[in-house]
Amino acid sequence: MTGNTNAGAPRTLYDKIFDAHVVERSDDGTCILYIDRHLVHEVTSPQAFEGLRMAGRKVRRPDQTIAVPDHNVPTTADRVNGIENPEGRIQVAELDKNAREFGLNYYPMNDIRQGIVHIVGPEQGWTLPGMTVVCGDSHTATHGAFGALAHGIGTSEVEHVLATQTLIQKKSRNMKVEITGKLRPGVTAKDITLSIIGHTGTAGGTGYVIEYCGEAIRDLSMEGRMTVCNMAIEGGARAGLIAPDEKTFEYVKGRPHAPKGAAWEAALAWWKTLYSDEGAHWDKVITIRAEDIAPVVTWGTSPEDVLPISANVPAPEDFEGGKVEAVRRSLDYMGLKPGTPLNEIKIDAVFIGSCTNGRIEDLRAAASILRGQKLAPGVRGMVVPGSGLVRMQAEEEGLDKIFIDAGFEWRLAGCSMCLGMNPDQLAPGERCAATSNRNFEGRMGRGGRTHLMSPVMAAAAGIRGHLTDVREFLTETV
Amino acid sequence: MDKFTTLTGIAAPMPLVNIDTDMIIPKQFLKTIHRSGLGKNLFDEMRYNPDGTEIADFVLNQPAYRSAEIIVAGDNFGCGSSREHAPWALLDFGIRAVISTSFADIFYNNCFKNGILPIVMPQEAVDVLMEDARKGANARMTIDLENQTVTTSDGQSFGFDIDPFRKHCLLNGLDDIGLTMEKSASIDTFEAQMQQSRPWV
Repeated sequence: MTGNTNAGAPRTLYDKIFDAHVVERSDDGTCILYIDRHLVHEVTSPQAFEGLRMAGRKVRRPDQTIAVPDHNVPTTADRVNGIENPEGRIQVAELDKNAREFGLNYYPMNDIRQGIVHIVGPEQGWTLPGMTVVCGDSHTATHGAFGALAHGIGTSEVEHVLATQTLIQKKSRNMKVEITGKLRPGVTAKDITLSIIGHTGTAGGTGYVIEYCGEAIRDLSMEGRMTVCNMAIEGGARAGLIAPDEKTFEYVKGRPHAPKGAAWEAALAWWKTLYSDEGAHWDKVITIRAEDIAPVVTWGTSPEDVLPISANVPAPEDFEGGKVEAVRRSLDYMGLKPGTPLNEIKIDAVFIGSCTNGRIEDLRAAASILRGQKLAPGVRGMVVPGSGLVRMQAEEEGLDKIFIDAGFEWRLAGCSMCLGMNPDQLAPGERCAATSNRNFEGRMGRGGRTHLMSPVMAAAAGIRGHLTDVREFLTETV
Repeated sequence: MDKFTTLTGIAAPMPLVNIDTDMIIPKQFLKTIHRSGLGKNLFDEMRYNPDGTEIADFVLNQPAYRSAEIIVAGDNFGCGSSREHAPWALLDFGIRAVISTSFADIFYNNCFKNGILPIVMPQEAVDVLMEDARKGANARMTIDLENQTVTTSDGQSFGFDIDPFRKHCLLNGLDDIGLTMEKSASIDTFEAQMQQSRPWV
């Protein structure tokens, strides 16, 4: 039972959370797993609600279901007048209707608390340690930063959770990724998570839940930990998580939906048992020294195509098997020649935002590089805060002025360019330094070319007009 | 959901690794509120020029593969987003099975919810099946879910593993929401216990 997390054989954090949520376990290991929080957005939910209606089913726990539109919403101020794109407008209107009809916790488009679902959940205190959290969105892994078991699901599973508050699951295997020691200056959570994917490949995590640990992970803020867990899916893992600690509890305390009073004390007592026991079994262990991690960028069309900024564009022949053809295709799409130094690649645009890097700390980091600087001639820049509250906080700190003075557009909250389902897109051939999570072909707009990197690296690239080692800026200020 | 028992059909070879869900169904087609009608936009940006004309050398545009029902794919098929629009688009086009050395986790789950069979096989077997698929429209591969085999057009047979519960649901076309709702008493009990042990949830 849930209070009994440390009895018996040593277990991993994932084992403990999974065990605490098993409603029924069949002989073959198939489990009915209870879901504590279900986050819903407008793109992957309409067919699920339609399915419920057709079967005459209700939402079992509307009080544990949270809805917010994010993928389609325009990020310009004129959105108060509605969404111009008719299909996008219908999708958001459907969410509006479904949230109200089924009585969900709902943050409409023009609510100050609206934002990217994975930023709103933690911000409002819905995401708590030890919970199971799901959403029809692969970046649900973000919530693992709180020591929650969080993963993306498809629309059929969204309907399953709406109807039953459970999922049918089999246990994944346990992987430990330890980042030892301390990060060097200019190296961030984004560089950690991209470097891990560079190390394991995009399928390296398939079948696993990853626990990130080690001194460099402990040293990260909650925002940084969310960045690391966010991209667990890019490494193929079902989920990524980090054991909760004082930083976690401090972040959660006092948020609107966090427990209060005696409930807080009871919760805290349980949360403090949420760690991997000494001697727990790991199916795979990866150890990376933090000092070996450099500021990195992606050069291709898979998140595993990652190299330190000091490296050169690789050649297809540097790879093996099916990857040779994939790299040839990638380089053609990206318009890059093997051997080109990465820091000579010119950019047309900078995008700062997304569920990976759209939190206040990310904006502070980018602003610290951009203070008193300008975007290079011909480079357009866009900053999209992850939520209305992040935007408000940034404005209180004067960050908006730094971005605007540097020549960036200062937008309203949403997924924006990260997946280009809204008006924010790259033009064909346009090359972007982006803080988002996917560099797939066409992801940010058909023909658009995406280089993934940290907020400080994106800021540096914007100033110089080409991919740049942010450490050049650090020595200037030291 | 349609049952999946046996299938004999044309297999299209797609050896590219890391075919992601943005390739399978680009974001502009996710604005629908329906499950059907996505087949015409399957692999849209690989399949059509910006002016809407077909890209002749894309595999599903070639006469031999226009009515393919199986895809033999490179490693890590379906990586990326959780969009169930990817299996919906495959199904709407007519694809009922995908064979690869590995699949991304969420895509793999999503297939089973839609009567599509994703088959994981070792590289050596996928290599043979890829060659068989390259033979074109006269070559038909046979998949037998009950016996867990894939047989090439010239009779070479390979076994595959599949989770027994998922196999059962596919063979019988079962809706797992209905199955879970039969367990609602257990869920009630769990929630009552949770009210004691984790009242803050």
